[in-house]
Amino acid sequence: MVKKKKTTKKKSPSSSKKKTTAKSKDTKTGYKVVGGAKLKDKEIKSSREKMIGQHIGYRYDVNLIPDYKHLTPFLKKYIDIMGWDDLNWLEDIHMGFEGDTPAVFDRNANAWITLPKKIKLPKGQQDRDMLARELLIKFQMSPNHPLVQLKRTYTKGENFKLVE
Amino acid sequence: MAGLEKKVTAFQDENLSGRSQKLFFEVTEEENFTYYGNHDVDFNKRTEIDCKDLDGKELNQKVRNALLKGYGSIVIKNPGAKHALGVGILNKLNLIFEGSLGYFGVGCIDGPTVRINGRVGWSCAENMMSGKVVVENNAGSCFGAALRGGDLICKGDAGARTGIDMKGGTILVGGNAGAYTGFMMQRGRIIVCGNVSANMGDSMYDGIIFVGGEPRSLGTDCVEGEMNDHEIRWLEQKIKNAEIDCKVPASKFKKYVAGRMLWNYDNLEPAEKKGILG
Repeated sequence: MVKKKKTTKKKSPSSSKKKTTAKSKDTKTGYKVVGGAKLKDKEIKSSREKMIGQHIGYRYDVNLIPDYKHLTPFLKKYIDIMGWDDLNWLEDIHMGFEGDTPAVFDRNANAWITLPKKIKLPKGQQDRDMLARELLIKFQMSPNHPLVQLKRTYTKGENFKLVE
Repeated sequence: MAGLEKKVTAFQDENLSGRSQKLFFEVTEEENFTYYGNHDVDFNKRTEIDCKDLDGKELNQKVRNALLKGYGSIVIKNPGAKHALGVGILNKLNLIFEGSLGYFGVGCIDGPTVRINGRVGWSCAENMMSGKVVVENNAGSCFGAALRGGDLICKGDAGARTGIDMKGGTILVGGNAGAYTGFMMQRGRIIVCGNVSANMGDSMYDGIIFVGGEPRSLGTDCVEGEMNDHEIRWLEQKIKNAEIDCKVPASKFKKYVAGRMLWNYDNLEPAEKKGILG
């Protein structure tokens, strides 16, 4: 009986290495693909970053499009009341961080609203974003919002006077 | 060396965070869905205003007076392409223009749903914060300039510099868009069902441009990105909601994003700068 020669090739370590690098980096151009964009030298810390001791840029994907499967009843109610078809301006709202605390940025107050400690941070970014949207609406529409106080104090003219 | 160390310490001591608003807010407080102090309006309560003998200021005042009376649907007759109509409305409202608008129509709005049964001039809905604006015909240049949120829809063609300097929101163009579309955009989404003229996305910092047709050329630092299934589904729904008859299926759209080469522009070598700017 003639023994069959085994033809299976052993994977060379260099080929497997090539495969893993191809996932994150386009070897031809040297670009790295992040969030659909081809980035060059993403990891490099600039001298300015080193100087201020903080990372320049976002710490979450600002281009993340909302997944409506994660929509909460509160947000559904908000959409109905406003008469819109979707999240409208809230599509740009994401859960970010202020320091190490999860927070959402309020463009009206130009400040971060930190997530209260008693609220548990969901695992997925989509769920986190929905929570951030709820939190932001609650804050912006609150009579305790800092802009209400500003309006009460400084508004001039009948048109923009606070109706209470 | 000693000088450098001193500088680093000084910057590290600077408190760049700590702007959180913890004192003003309780999550357990009553739910509100509109800004405090906004007028309570009813979409079923409707009124008409004839703009024939009114200037922009007078018309805007009449709209405010109608809001005070609780009208949730306002129809403006004979707008006559006058400038700056329907600006500064910070309330939920259903506003309909039976005609065309001039320059800076419905600018600085926050909340209303606006339908314009005509054309619009320069800078329609500039600085819009939230709401929905639908233009049934063509739009002039700088459509949605510095847009910050909400949906801005043009069912016809849009002019040059559509979405210039936009910082959020979605612009949807049913036809073609002009040169420098998405110029210096920093965030948000632009959807163009047709073609886009030269230098699309020039100097864009962030955001996404979806194109159904072809851009004539890409501007500085605008690169083609990879589209995922989730984005295709979102795009389909957005076009459907806008009631645009788009002949290109959402899966055939191309996605363009910022190459982010300009993010650390100051740190680049002169030769690299030259390379980016072409």
